[in-house]
Amino acid sequence: MTEEAPKKLVELRDLQLYFNQGKANEVRAIDHVSFDIYEGEIFGLVGESGSGKTTIGRTILKIYEQTAGDILFQGKDVTHLKGKQLAEFRKDAQMIFQDPQASLNGRMKVRDIIAEGIDVNKLASSKAERDQKVQELLDLVGLNKDHATRYPHEFSGGQRQRIGIARALAVDPKFIIADEPISALDVSIQAQVVNLMKELQKKHSLTYLFIAHDLSMVKYISDRIGVMHWGKLLEIGSADAVYNHPLHPYTKSLLSAIPVPDPEVEKARQHLEYDTSIETDGKTREMIEVNPGHFVLATPEEAAQYQAQQV
Amino acid sequence: MAANTEDFVIVGAQSSDANEHISKPALSFWQDAWRRLKLNKLAVISMWFLIFILAFAVVSNIFVPQKAANAFNSDKVGVYKNLPPNSGLPIPGWDGKIKAPGDTTVTDVYASQGVPDGERFILGTDNIGRSVAKRVIVGLRISLLVAIVATLIDLVIGVAYGVFSGWKGGWVDNVMQRIIEILSSIPNLIIVTMLGLLLGSGILSIILAIAMTGWLSMARQVRNMTLSLKERDYVLAAKTLGESSSKIAVKHLIPNMAGTIIVQIMMTVPSAIMFEAVLSAINLGVKPPTASLGSLISDAQAMLQFYPYQVLIPSAMLVLISLAFILLGDGLRDAFDPRASED
Amino acid sequence: MSNPILKVENLHVNFNTYAGTVQAIRDVSFDLNKGETLAIVGESGSGKSVTTKTLMGLNAKNASIPDNSRLLFKDRNLLDLTEEEWQSVRGNEIAMIFQDPMTSLDPTMKIGMQIAEPLMKHREMKKEDALARALELMQGVGIPNAEEHINDYPHQWSGGMRQRAVVAIALAADPEILIADEPTTALDVTIQAQILTLMKKLQRETSSSIIFITHDLGVVAGMADRVAVMYAGKIVEYGTVDEIFFNPQHPYTWGLLNSMPTTDTAVGTLEAIPGTPPDLLEPPKGDAFAPRNAFALAIDSKEEPPFFKVSDTHYAATWLLDERAPKVTPPAQIQKRWARWQEIQGQEA
Repeated sequence: MTEEAPKKLVELRDLQLYFNQGKANEVRAIDHVSFDIYEGEIFGLVGESGSGKTTIGRTILKIYEQTAGDILFQGKDVTHLKGKQLAEFRKDAQMIFQDPQASLNGRMKVRDIIAEGIDVNKLASSKAERDQKVQELLDLVGLNKDHATRYPHEFSGGQRQRIGIARALAVDPKFIIADEPISALDVSIQAQVVNLMKELQKKHSLTYLFIAHDLSMVKYISDRIGVMHWGKLLEIGSADAVYNHPLHPYTKSLLSAIPVPDPEVEKARQHLEYDTSIETDGKTREMIEVNPGHFVLATPEEAAQYQAQQV
Repeated sequence: MAANTEDFVIVGAQSSDANEHISKPALSFWQDAWRRLKLNKLAVISMWFLIFILAFAVVSNIFVPQKAANAFNSDKVGVYKNLPPNSGLPIPGWDGKIKAPGDTTVTDVYASQGVPDGERFILGTDNIGRSVAKRVIVGLRISLLVAIVATLIDLVIGVAYGVFSGWKGGWVDNVMQRIIEILSSIPNLIIVTMLGLLLGSGILSIILAIAMTGWLSMARQVRNMTLSLKERDYVLAAKTLGESSSKIAVKHLIPNMAGTIIVQIMMTVPSAIMFEAVLSAINLGVKPPTASLGSLISDAQAMLQFYPYQVLIPSAMLVLISLAFILLGDGLRDAFDPRASED
Repeated sequence: MSNPILKVENLHVNFNTYAGTVQAIRDVSFDLNKGETLAIVGESGSGKSVTTKTLMGLNAKNASIPDNSRLLFKDRNLLDLTEEEWQSVRGNEIAMIFQDPMTSLDPTMKIGMQIAEPLMKHREMKKEDALARALELMQGVGIPNAEEHINDYPHQWSGGMRQRAVVAIALAADPEILIADEPTTALDVTIQAQILTLMKKLQRETSSSIIFITHDLGVVAGMADRVAVMYAGKIVEYGTVDEIFFNPQHPYTWGLLNSMPTTDTAVGTLEAIPGTPPDLLEPPKGDAFAPRNAFALAIDSKEEPPFFKVSDTHYAATWLLDERAPKVTPPAQIQKRWARWQEIQGQEA
């Protein structure tokens, strides 16, 4: 990727989302999270279930409403968009879902599923043009034209996920949030979908927020990675930096847990347990830039310690 | 097993067209449901029976107008009253003869009342000499009309109310659900009586009475399904594409609960028919001379001991129709949701 | 060679559906030795889950298994068992760990009782004894403060803890064979690592045999002694874990290994297997993998490849191993693995 003073496409400013705020069962799904996504990059957001990564994706797309903080898209606050501006934003920012089974309406033909965005935004003036567009989208994701008249349940998981991708691409978006797009798929199919997404990114100069729990796949596809745990962003940096030189103990634990398809490596692998007390001791922590572009949530002392450990 | 060396050349993978080919025939949700329904013999028989009955009820308007069924000749009541069913064939119980209670021999009622030769009533006559066959046909029509119109009103109100309540959620849902609870805590009969006072009795007030109490359960079911469907990814996807709420309801929510709604309808129709019969029995039903299956039964029940056929024929009709709706509803439920049944 | 405790011979399983007969398992044979972990690897629809269901006697009603299929366990053919006989085998001699800990526990029953139940049923233990043993098992699977939690209900536990409880239930009756069907797929990676470590530790202690079903080769590399790769209802390659990972011969195994990124996978070099697995309603003639195989030979579409012997423990069903076949150069990643194999062989020699 050519790096010419990267433009920020999406900016999260101190985003917070609390469920049941003020009650005993308050859940801080997003807890003071700030990060930027640059135009043309793939930003990987990694975390385990309950880390808030999916909630962030949905909040950006205004499926959930944040408790506090701002979301900027192309420099404009999207929090209070209404009417036409909201429709414009919806066209620009799309989503690919985790479960390809649940994300397609089983009562609709593939053609109508893919064309939903075209219909809503009136992107086709005639039925022929609509069919033509659907045809192109099917081609794009490697499906045949006779698939247009079939129903989702007739497809395999990987094929369904590609239909979901085609649906998102139909409105020609700039930004796509991929919410665990591969975790419900077989390993052999995961590579297919990831490669397709990568290819489409180049072809259509897309920006992705790639949400996943599988760090190895995220590392492979992403330019930068953010690591989340319990609603907080713990570490953020370039994919190589986070993967090869992790700073936060949680990231280290996560990396040590990934199984590698190599029996010799596996025999030697030691899983590092993560001590959560570092998040619950009540100290104030901030994102501190330990290396250029590589931030970690820490107290100043911890940051110095992380810095020292590297050498 | 004879493989030649030319078989051992690399041909590589096939085109993606061939690779992604699906060989199974395309099958929509409805086709799949129909395929499963066909396996259920009882449901299929019920379905054909109901289609026949409905078609018959419509077509019968031509050859049995309501007037003909209601009219009677007041001069000849004595001749035509309470004639037993006569098929014209020597079938015991269906030959125009009846054994009155206390008698030891059967009497040919047609002869003893002086009915002109050649005149037969295939299902007999009632106590003022009207053909039971005609009355049952008209009664059937009225009963079905009442039940189906009431159910359609249920459907429209219930689905709209349920989808709206579930989709809006929050306090709107809360208020709407409390309203349902309040309405369902009022006994049906009170509503019916009030409506009867307000609108006067007649088909319209019965339809309204049944509809007003019937939509509650439809609304509840639809609301529950909406609550679960609106969290589905495809609904979220439609939202992020900018689809409006009403379009989402029509394109995504309702088609995905159509199965449940249809089953619910199949169960509502017989209960509406039954409710109409109950209303007639307590004189809140259709007013004479109009007949419904319910009013026929309640009118004739006083004479049950003497002329049992006058009760049995409309009752049998009522039971068969209700049973057919219920069996078909059962079959449809299994057809729509294969996981709920065993195979 | 140790003698196997389970022999699967010529297993076929067909499902009768409206559209015709789906041949889910098409002639599968394998042995399971005492104390080993055999991994069955394949994607969804490859028949790996049907294989385990058959081993547990849990197949759906529309399944039919031809008479020449045999599952030999302790001198009897499991396929001949009645449902009642199955019940004394299931959970006792052969136990199973399911994929989803959220649904495989009874939400209305205390966890301690759920672990004690198989003991009371199969070992005819008294309730107190069974509960005491359940406590030991809970400690064994690493549930902290087990005494305090024995009367908990499943919803009070996290997913990882629940899967530990599922493992404890499976191990309660000390089974000889433990079938784990994607036991960690529904779990987070850190929890997965804990459960896998636990299973390895328990296997060393109990010396039971494990059949491990998964699509994740990373998990296989760490868990398995031997590996069988399934595709379209057949085993296409089997061997020891080192043979499969460092000396793979079947192009499908190549494809599987290639589609996982490793630490040094550069951007854009991940090679996916094209296409979609075949529909087993009409299994293709010849080699089912041929349409997706860049190394397919003309004969692949005509005749099914037999198993070619690579070593005493390693067999692969691909015509590429026939002496008449041309020499092909496997993908770069596989060549690296082959080089490692040479090193390992060299070290051993």
